[in-house]
Amino acid sequence: MVEETNIATISMSQQFSAALKRDLLLSFRRKSDLFNPLIFFLMVATLFPLGVSPEPTFLADVAPGVVWVAALLATLLSLDGMFRSDYDDGTLEQMLLSPQPLMIVCLAKTLAHWMTTGLPLTLMSPLLGVMLFLPSDAMLGLVLSLLIGTPTLSFIGAIGAALTVGLKKGGILISLLVLPLYIPVLIFGSGAVQAAVAGLPIGGYLALLGAGLALGFVLAPLATSAAVRVSVSG
Amino acid sequence: MSKPLLAVTDLFCEREERILFDGLAFSLKQGEVMQIEGRNGSGKTTLLRILSGLSAQYEGSIEWRGESVDNVRDEFLADLLYFGHQPGVKGMLTPQENLRWYCALHPALQRSKIDEALGVVGLTGYEDVPCHSLSAGQNRRVSLARLYMNQAPLWILDEPFTAIDKKGVAAMEQLLLDHAQRGGSVILTTHHDLAAQQGVVKVNLDSF
Repeated sequence: MVEETNIATISMSQQFSAALKRDLLLSFRRKSDLFNPLIFFLMVATLFPLGVSPEPTFLADVAPGVVWVAALLATLLSLDGMFRSDYDDGTLEQMLLSPQPLMIVCLAKTLAHWMTTGLPLTLMSPLLGVMLFLPSDAMLGLVLSLLIGTPTLSFIGAIGAALTVGLKKGGILISLLVLPLYIPVLIFGSGAVQAAVAGLPIGGYLALLGAGLALGFVLAPLATSAAVRVSVSG
Repeated sequence: MSKPLLAVTDLFCEREERILFDGLAFSLKQGEVMQIEGRNGSGKTTLLRILSGLSAQYEGSIEWRGESVDNVRDEFLADLLYFGHQPGVKGMLTPQENLRWYCALHPALQRSKIDEALGVVGLTGYEDVPCHSLSAGQNRRVSLARLYMNQAPLWILDEPFTAIDKKGVAAMEQLLLDHAQRGGSVILTTHHDLAAQQGVVKVNLDSF
């Protein structure tokens, strides 16, 4: 009898790590995906001294906001690719047809997205901090706030990317959907850095960013998988 | 006779305000090969997407082993192998990596059979070549290699013979018949005339 053969099961952790490995491998094969957000991040931050004023005191003042806005825009830029190629070549519909929960794959894809955009941006942020004359005391605050804040950006962005993947030109729509939701992260993120510049404790800001991350971790994969289903079936 | 594996009753689907089919009904038994026929645009792909659960834009009932498919979604998916309109092969990955990913998605696919399956579909020697440098036919063969790696009771195949050479088509047809003989069922669409007419049930969408 056919039904009685091959009752193999795949545990959730196995599936999670397989999905993570696959997405990381794909990013490393397509180097442009990896470097475009980083170069964009650097360019945006360079425009401010050129366009507004190269005055160190002015730059130190705006540095927290500029670095955070640049990180946010760089993340936004990379969102469209999250599900797009999988949708185009039909691998996304195969993921839907797996008897395993789609949520696990969505979580892994989001984490892979963060590891290839948010994490490198965070690691590069001290360089931008130095370029913008951010006081060295505030560097730790900058890195920590980005470390906790950027995964939230990936989680929120994944929902937008999943909702728009079925559309031919989803790029602009993603920004409109996702940017308003990014505002709280931006406020607390740059707030943390400003507090660090002023020598105030940043624990409260980081706790709020952490709360956002916890919420995103729990809820976003659910919303993302539901959105993927809607996009593919439409 | 045993009860049907998949029973469709009174299926209705409309697209862009055009009725694709209305009152469509058929049932698929174990060991049957069913060929869905119809003109271009008659809704063959849409029907297969509805049957596999990718699309929910339909009215009517679909039953899997006597229960509504919505209630037994996980069991149904575990028993299903779907080959879609797009091959579902990542160009940046090698054939081997693509199949390994499929094994991670689907417990019914046997990882140990990857090399053997690639050999059968004629991709020996291409294991480490990224799929984007393979031909269209070879890409579809990568995805079709899954058929040699599992014994899922139901195969839904959308135009499996497109871009496959004559020898490949003959081998595929034999595979489908072997699968049916082992008790598996197949639903497929193709414009190609199947060599074996016996045991192939035909459903023509133009008449619904």
